[in-house]
Amino acid sequence: MTPEALTEVEMITVVIDGFEVTVPKGTLIIRAAEKLGIQIPRFCDHPLLAPAGACRQCLVDVEINGRAFPKPQASCTIPVENNMIVKTQLTSPVAEKAQKGIMEFLLINHPLDCPVCDKGGECPLQNQAMSTGRGESRYEGVKRTFEKPVAISTQVLLDRERCVLCARCTRFSDQIAGDPFITLNERGALQQVGIYEKDPFESYYSGNTVQICPVGALTGASYRFRSRPFDLVSTPSACEHCASGCAIRTDVRRGKTLRRLAGEDASVNEEWNCDKGRWAFKYLSSKERIATPLLRGADGELHEASWPEALAAAATALKGKRVGVLVGGRATVEDAYAYSKFARVTLGTNDIDFRARSHSDEEASFLATAALNAKTTYFDIDKADKVVLLGFEPEDESPIVFLRIFKQVKKRALSVVTVAAFASRGSQKLKATLIPVVAGNEAAAISALEGLTEKSVVLVGERLNESAGALSAVVELLAKSNAKLGWIPRRSGERGALQSGAIANLLPGGRPVSDPAARVDVAAAWGVESLPTTAGKSTAEILAAASAKELDAVVVAGVDPLDISAEALTQLLNTYVLSFEIAHSAVTAIADVVLPVAAITEKSGSFLDWEGRPRAFTKAIEESLTRSDLRILSMLAYEMGTPINLPSVAATAREIAALGNWDGAKASFTPAKSNKSLKLAAGEAVLSSWRLLLDLGTLQAGEPNLAGTARPATANISQSRADSLGVAEGEAITVSTARGSITLPAHITAMADGSVWLARNSDGSQTIATLGIVGGEVVSVVKA
Amino acid sequence: MTKLTPVLSAHWDEADSFTIGAYKRHGGYGAVVKALEMEPDAVIQLVKDSGLRGRGGAGFPTGMKWGFIPQGDNKDHYLVVNADESEPGTCKDMPLLMANPHVLIEGIIIASYAIRAGYAFIYIRGEVTHVVRRLQAAIAEAYAAGHLGKNIQGKGYDLELVLHVGAGAYICGEETALLDSLEGFRGQPRLRPPFPAIAGLYAKPTVVNNVESISSVPSIINNGAEWFSAMGTEKSKGYTLYSLSGHVANPGQFEAPLGITLRELLELAGGIRPGHQLKFWTPGGSSTPIFTAEHLDVALDYEGVSAAGSMLGTKALQVFDETTCIVRAVLRWTEFYKHESCGKCTPCREGTWWLVQILRDLEAGIGTAADLDKLLDVVDNIMGRSFCALADGAASPIISSLKYFREEYMQHLTTGGCPFDPVASTVFATAGSR
Ligand SMILES: Cc1cc2nc3c(=O)[nH]c(=O)nc-3n(C[C@H](O)[C@H](O)[C@H](O)COP(=O)(O)O)c2cc1C
Ligand code: SF4
Ligand code: SF4
Ligand code: SF4
Ligand code: FES
Repeated sequence: MTPEALTEVEMITVVIDGFEVTVPKGTLIIRAAEKLGIQIPRFCDHPLLAPAGACRQCLVDVEINGRAFPKPQASCTIPVENNMIVKTQLTSPVAEKAQKGIMEFLLINHPLDCPVCDKGGECPLQNQAMSTGRGESRYEGVKRTFEKPVAISTQVLLDRERCVLCARCTRFSDQIAGDPFITLNERGALQQVGIYEKDPFESYYSGNTVQICPVGALTGASYRFRSRPFDLVSTPSACEHCASGCAIRTDVRRGKTLRRLAGEDASVNEEWNCDKGRWAFKYLSSKERIATPLLRGADGELHEASWPEALAAAATALKGKRVGVLVGGRATVEDAYAYSKFARVTLGTNDIDFRARSHSDEEASFLATAALNAKTTYFDIDKADKVVLLGFEPEDESPIVFLRIFKQVKKRALSVVTVAAFASRGSQKLKATLIPVVAGNEAAAISALEGLTEKSVVLVGERLNESAGALSAVVELLAKSNAKLGWIPRRSGERGALQSGAIANLLPGGRPVSDPAARVDVAAAWGVESLPTTAGKSTAEILAAASAKELDAVVVAGVDPLDISAEALTQLLNTYVLSFEIAHSAVTAIADVVLPVAAITEKSGSFLDWEGRPRAFTKAIEESLTRSDLRILSMLAYEMGTPINLPSVAATAREIAALGNWDGAKASFTPAKSNKSLKLAAGEAVLSSWRLLLDLGTLQAGEPNLAGTARPATANISQSRADSLGVAEGEAITVSTARGSITLPAHITAMADGSVWLARNSDGSQTIATLGIVGGEVVSVVKA
Repeated sequence: MTKLTPVLSAHWDEADSFTIGAYKRHGGYGAVVKALEMEPDAVIQLVKDSGLRGRGGAGFPTGMKWGFIPQGDNKDHYLVVNADESEPGTCKDMPLLMANPHVLIEGIIIASYAIRAGYAFIYIRGEVTHVVRRLQAAIAEAYAAGHLGKNIQGKGYDLELVLHVGAGAYICGEETALLDSLEGFRGQPRLRPPFPAIAGLYAKPTVVNNVESISSVPSIINNGAEWFSAMGTEKSKGYTLYSLSGHVANPGQFEAPLGITLRELLELAGGIRPGHQLKFWTPGGSSTPIFTAEHLDVALDYEGVSAAGSMLGTKALQVFDETTCIVRAVLRWTEFYKHESCGKCTPCREGTWWLVQILRDLEAGIGTAADLDKLLDVVDNIMGRSFCALADGAASPIISSLKYFREEYMQHLTTGGCPFDPVASTVFATAGSR
């Protein structure tokens, strides 16, 4: 807290167990006690949830102005006051007995199946039964029993016998996630957590309930019975899935990741994460992982090769050639820096791009200017007078950003505006005002936005580049309103790759390639004569050039070609492909040399989240033999005779820090025009799409329990289009282009009549592979 | 000669007492006219001056409760009448609503006017279909007669009255659980603060009052605060309904000034059923610690009962004679609390589950003196440890019965079973002897 903030809050001094403690007004007794190191036992209390006072475990004696409460009070519900004297179990025999009594009650119906319980060893009930319970139970009666466990979704299992009915899970789902899909039902000792029969607990955030459940009542289907906590080695980590930047914890047993939990970071994810970050990690130990370098032999097949052999082959193939570099969106800052340096120093080119997705020149200019300079943080959302979502679905594309906005919507009815095809479930939860657009017309909608101030936050998703002129409209809007900009890519590595110069128009530290002073700066730091000056190519241009044999080779690092376009893979068939990959993929299948690299748990490094905040992490799996991309690039560069000298992550991080950020002249934005509105014949619409959080993304592979909670794909249309097609909600419609067609149940929702929306990469709805487009183009829509 | 002061029950013996016609015949809906001509604050002051205390159990001063509603706050205010009446033994509000529903409606108009509410709600328990129908009919009559709706009796005051039928849960009589239930949620008590006067129904300032409390208001408006406070005792003013049930010759409602004793009430009720003696009784429903014959002369007002170690509660005098097994009676009550525990908090949810099992064993003669101590200790861990007062109610009969009848508990253990003939305590066993 800043000093000004401190003076704003009234401070209260209380005496707890004879010790004075001064805390801000509004602090609960239980928390004031924590400040003194006094641990009052608790179950329902959670610092981020509204107090419930339900479990009664935290009873203490309280006296105010010399008047004692006649009975012990729940310390998790009462804020401190001046002249308050609190006696906890440490100094009040009444409080001590009360707490022991509650603990005994909690155990009478508890199955005590600790030896087979996932929570055993890290269980607040076990721990507090030891600290606060009695050695032997006096209970001789019959325990309440339930069928165990019941699946409340494909990934969360509920054991009602173990539940202490603290309502943490239900309060989390309601208050934090806005998904009140679980509630407490029935009454008395039969009270239980439950779902509505037809609506399973399909919340993107359901895993948090497993984590905050103070007993083993909620368990994750994928982890249940897999391990004991004391066999796990925990490493604080950063999530590699999206740009929200969650701190997480990786738990490893004998070299294998068994689970991941949300870590704590008050500035970023507080104590939460999403289910993808928690459960999508099976890809790390997939059978498809590549362990050794592979070389394509004369027989056309890939063969295992030694490192020297593979590096020599790659070096020969690249040396002195025209090479482009495609860096995937999940490279670490350090790896992206290494690719940037490798491209400029060793390959002598600016043909590098981290955008393994739709992109445009307008975007490249926007990224090198507005996005690079954006300083907006989560705290700005907390204080915003309005949040505007442009080409961005926070719940699907950056779930913690969603939680942060939702928190303010709940707390103070923060106003949210979204320019989108329709109001997604996330937008509905945010009570967002929808400005419905037909894809391609975003620029006009953005230009028409009003009422923004310097306290407004404009969140721009990477997808906005798909609408020509939209980013230009954003730049104008920001200039006009002084609103704050947040550029939120979907992937964890993009903000860092931008900062590291893994894009044609930028060198590391945000230095414009076109600025001679910036080039001199970097060249000096890198100890080279000069850096390439020719304007570099974008991802699409690299692929086109490769296909046209204007490039001799392409380095492809962690890219799924289908994320770029339907043609991307074929475009690579004509060229020499050097693949940096963790697992066999469409690219390795056509690559000439494959160099295996370390996955997230096997290396250290950092990401920048959408705020530009560093998210550093260390190796979770010590035994790993795989290496971070930068080391392999370093070896390759050495082999090619133009070293880049990045022997380790730490050395790379030091070099990045030493180079620092560009403080010279900033690049200026080159605006682009929007396209003319498309003309639609009857039976035609303009496609919009985005990726749902849980879909067919490669990193979610191998986790059917998680996939089971994905939102099913639908084809969304307006009521009047439904009427003219003669389809009712849920009836099938077919969306097609010349390339192919997708048939899905129609979902009728408020949207422009000229629009149809599809999930971009969901089961039964892969627009790039099937239709060949992501949106903004005309498709035909007919009744199936 | 008689100590009775029938006001609410004055005309219950008339066949049509529940109709608007009968109510008006005796001056009904006159108090509304008077009240609507007063300033709302003057109405509150009058009720304060009368000394009327809540008849729902806690005895909180009614006028003071109304005064807590913030005025001029530009928010809707609500009056909610608690007609959940589910406590074992408590049976005053239902007969009152059966025989004289209009007195409640008149009281509601006056109270709503005083607290500036435009909507009032009656939350009634679900099981009493006959009462619900009668109340519905009475509300319809009142609307038709211009006592409810727009511009009541031409005085420019608007009030809508909604009758809500609960689903049958004792906990929904607890005022904050009631509000949750009324809002459509599962009835569980809310964390306080905020209190209903600040954020009650739909988070708006709300007064929750018992049926009898509100029904007492018209008589105060008609006759004045002094008339009311002339009845009763120093701090417990006015008349009230005492409900005698159980082993009495003539059970029923006895409307008398606060401070009357059970001895006097028994005289009015023809005594204990013939041939039997008083063994124990509850002064205010099953949640109030029991009394015995030694308490026959305790003044039945808030202070008197509390000084003798119990609570006036709802003035539900359940009377038990010597044929009743105390262990069995306490077990029945405890089973009720276990069944009605809402489950929110640990001591009540788990504690009542445990207590029933202990008491079943004791009734069957299983256990030792140590189990009685354990029972008391378990109860000690419930009493005053729970989220709402329901669990305290569950503890009361156990603590008080062990205080007066520990011997009888022991007798079960020494004889290996219940020494009583359960049939002897029933009404049919002694038919003809009443
Ligand atoms: C478990 C429980 C049940 C209750 N049931 C009732 C009830 O049925 N009727 C009632 O008027 N008050 C009941 N109360 C008391 C109410 O919470 C509240 O105090 C009362 O309605 C206030 O009205 P009064 O001020 O007019 O007495 C109950 C309280 C508890 C704790
Ligand atoms: S929840 Fe905790 S106490 Fe219960 S069985 Fe599991 S480990 Fe044991
Ligand atoms: S399932 Fe866990 S978190 Fe939910 S109420 Fe039960 S004990 Fe609490
Ligand atoms: S004491 Fe607790 S469990 Fe019992 S009714 Fe009240 S809130 Fe519910
Ligand atoms: S922790 Fe305080 S009541 Fe549960």
